[in-house]
Amino acid sequence: MANTFELISSYTATGSVASISFTSIPATFTDLCVKFSVRKDNTSIDTTLTFNGSSANVSSVYIYGTGSAAGGASAVSTIYSLATQSGDTANTFSNGEYYIPNYASTSRYKAISHDVVNENNATAAQSYLTAGLFSSNSAISTVTIAPTSSNFVQYSTAYLYGVKSS
Amino acid sequence: MTRPTRIEIDCSTGIESIIELTDAEVAQMEADAAAAEARRAEEDAAAQAAADAKASAQAKLSALGLTAEEISALSK
Repeated sequence: MANTFELISSYTATGSVASISFTSIPATFTDLCVKFSVRKDNTSIDTTLTFNGSSANVSSVYIYGTGSAAGGASAVSTIYSLATQSGDTANTFSNGEYYIPNYASTSRYKAISHDVVNENNATAAQSYLTAGLFSSNSAISTVTIAPTSSNFVQYSTAYLYGVKSS
Repeated sequence: MTRPTRIEIDCSTGIESIIELTDAEVAQMEADAAAAEARRAEEDAAAQAAADAKASAQAKLSALGLTAEEISALSK
């Protein structure tokens, strides 16, 4: 069970960026936790999470709400997430978290839990709740969050925490 | 035209690198965007179909003589 959180690294965008990667993640923790707050500079809200510089061996299922409807779907090669987009309320950002237990294991696949909400002063504002899988025995040493198109805007942030069980 | 850039933070050194996307990475981003757009369209279509089905069901129940309160009670 998670006991201690330690900030490994963080990043705040000073301009537009196409992706944010944390590389050379130490294998000394039990779990990883990525917290982020992002906004995009186009009208798409989609973002992704990938591991070790590749979208290989990643899949996910998720449920979502939009403010007027709810549903569920699945995805391969990515774990979808959300960013507020250029048409949303000015200066609002999405907020989300990925939790990755046993990320450094070299003998088992990794499960990922994820939740995210968009902030928007309007009828349409989305939320996702996702179960992801990294079907690889390779330790996770790099995590990348990226918009599926265009860029994250200035002041988008990402924080990477290591979690120890004791 | 300015190339998009990505950020890499090396957790072992703390060094932040700003790297221009390669042609292959730009192409991959465009492919990802197309896939995400298609997925988004599927989600929107599914949500609209569900909303349409709900409205249709409510109209049929109303035609049978149920009140709005009775119809609402069915979904609680």
